[in-house]
Amino acid sequence: MNVAVCVKQIPDPAGELSLTPDSHTLVREGKLMMDDSDAYGVEMALQLVEAAGGGDVVLMSMAPNGETSGLRTALAMGAERAVLVSDPALAGSDALGTAKVLAAVVKRVEPDLVLAATESTDGYTGTMPVQLAELLGWPSVSFAKQVSVAGGAVNVRRQTEAGYDEVTCPLPAVVTVTAGVVEPRYPSFKGIMAARSKSVEQLSVSDLGIEGSQVGATGARQEVVSVQQADERQAGEIVVDEGDAHERILAFLEQVKVL
Amino acid sequence: MDKVWVLAEQSAGSPSAIALELLSKARDLAQQVEAITYGAGGQLAAATLGEYGATKVFDAGDLGDSLPGPKLAAAIAALAASEGAPGAILVGMTYDGRDVAARLSARLDRPLLTNVVGLAKEDDSLVTEHAIFGATKVLKARFTGEGPGIFVVRAKSFAAEPSSSGVPETAALDLPDAGATDAAKVKGRHAEEREGPALDEAPVVVSGGRGLGSAENYALIEELAKLLKGAAGASRAIVDAGWVPYSHQVGQTGKTVKPTVYIACGISGATQHMVGMKGAKNIVAINKDQDAPIFSIADLGVVGDVHKVLPKLIEAVKSRS
Ligand SMILES: Cc1cc2nc3c(=O)[nH]c(=O)nc-3n(C[C@H](O)[C@H](O)[C@H](O)COP(=O)(O)OP(=O)(O)OC[C@H]3O[C@@H](n4cnc5c(N)ncnc54)[C@H](O)[C@@H]3O)c2cc1C
Ligand SMILES: Nc1ncnc2c1ncn2[C@@H]1O[C@H](COP(=O)(O)O)[C@@H](O)[C@H]1O
Repeated sequence: MNVAVCVKQIPDPAGELSLTPDSHTLVREGKLMMDDSDAYGVEMALQLVEAAGGGDVVLMSMAPNGETSGLRTALAMGAERAVLVSDPALAGSDALGTAKVLAAVVKRVEPDLVLAATESTDGYTGTMPVQLAELLGWPSVSFAKQVSVAGGAVNVRRQTEAGYDEVTCPLPAVVTVTAGVVEPRYPSFKGIMAARSKSVEQLSVSDLGIEGSQVGATGARQEVVSVQQADERQAGEIVVDEGDAHERILAFLEQVKVL
Repeated sequence: MDKVWVLAEQSAGSPSAIALELLSKARDLAQQVEAITYGAGGQLAAATLGEYGATKVFDAGDLGDSLPGPKLAAAIAALAASEGAPGAILVGMTYDGRDVAARLSARLDRPLLTNVVGLAKEDDSLVTEHAIFGATKVLKARFTGEGPGIFVVRAKSFAAEPSSSGVPETAALDLPDAGATDAAKVKGRHAEEREGPALDEAPVVVSGGRGLGSAENYALIEELAKLLKGAAGASRAIVDAGWVPYSHQVGQTGKTVKPTVYIACGISGATQHMVGMKGAKNIVAINKDQDAPIFSIADLGVVGDVHKVLPKLIEAVKSRS
């Protein structure tokens, strides 16, 4: 069984995030890294392929400037190879534009299953994978807490408002996994060394036969009007517990009339 | 803009809170507000949807063992073709809402504006607000393409206010065959038990984080929540650690809560957590680290050990009643 995993490469979320002054999009210069949320999909894919007794884990990513450092991390975990779409025409793409690009990649890779995270750390629209499924004409199961494959179908425990649903879905399909679906492995030293020589196929928008107007800022069809400071809450009173802080909390709860 | 559609989720005849929030907002945006609903109980829900402003309710009925995304997206696309597309379609940022909106976006080839927390009409186009960088900044955006714009809105962004309008007209919404996209089937449904009010509707939310030290100590959070007639919440750290089910999670990837009082116990105050609880009227935080970011937004901050403060607080509340 072959599994394709979406791996988004993002600026360090612990770093200072900023917007470009003109287009107000996230500054994505400098080194990018693998979105932690995608480590779950990579691990899940490795485990599913192993359980199936063979097959490849192929990574798919769309990123500016031929960025591969995030992909190397996932390759070091054990993925076989990666396909990266990088093109200046992609700057400013939204989730639908990304889905169009990755749909073209899926058609080349022809996997049995596509895994993605429920939402990315930097964009968190949480819609790209299901848009991808619709463009491919495939079924999808979002919010997976548990995933297994048997008899040409993927079985998913899907998070719901009330609890969870057991869902069965024939392959090929798109599944989005939540954090905690599996425990991602750390790349070993051997894995890191091996990743250096693994193949990262680089494609442009025209290689995929996609029109430039479908993607990038033009395809996104939205403009930023302004970016303003939000109303900030002020810090209130701070007390250090000397054994009686519970009384202070009790008085506060009475004051705001919940007691 | 003459017409707005709202995807109104409901269960057993009760519309979800966000459906009513969206309808209330839709009344500001257009003359004609119509709701699209599905699931057993749609007919029953129609009356309430009408109270909040829907003049017409399209009911797709029970979806059986299908997931909502494929069938509803196909149905809404077909409805747009037959009835004329609305200026905007409002969808809640929920599990099913996201799937429906995503599939509809691809079908209609319209981008999605997601994580919307504000919506206003300016010169007949809609301007959205999005909270970015841990809600420290507000980004305003305008959809510039050909309609309908599809807006995926976070819960608690708008107040739900009934209007005086009458009984809505109802119509059955045909579900076209969604082909292979509809091949995923639900084989079983499991509900987690809950006592007391729902997390996103409770007047008091008591939440625990990694500072509790162990899963067992979450019992303190539950006990205090119960005494205060509230709900128990959690940070993602302890949800991922498996201490509590995901349904308790507050924050960017969890629930948005706006209670009268939010009590954060052993929670550091990561931006992704604060996004989900910043809207509380009052915030109390207990954390042993005086530099914890949560204190920057707390009305009452207690620098202390949850293992000491919580048991005493529970006793004090008990002896009060
Ligand atoms: C894409 C993305 C989405 C996310 N979404 C969410 C989300 O929806 N919700 C969410 O909560 N997080 C979310 N997170 C995670 C978030 O960044 C933090 O990791 C998480 O909120 C931390 O949880 P915590 O405060 O319980 O743990 P920690 O950050 O480890 O904090 C524990 C706190 O407990 C205090 N403490 C320790 N012992 C005691 C004691 N005995 N008494 C009192 N205090 C004590 C410590 O001083 C510390 O401040 C998300 C992260 C990402 C990347
Ligand atoms: N540019 C991208 N390259 C690869 N995968 C992506 C990209 N954008 C989104 N994804 C995948 O889709 C998921 C949801 O993304 P989003 O819709 O941005 O929240 C991410 O967590 C990734 O798994």
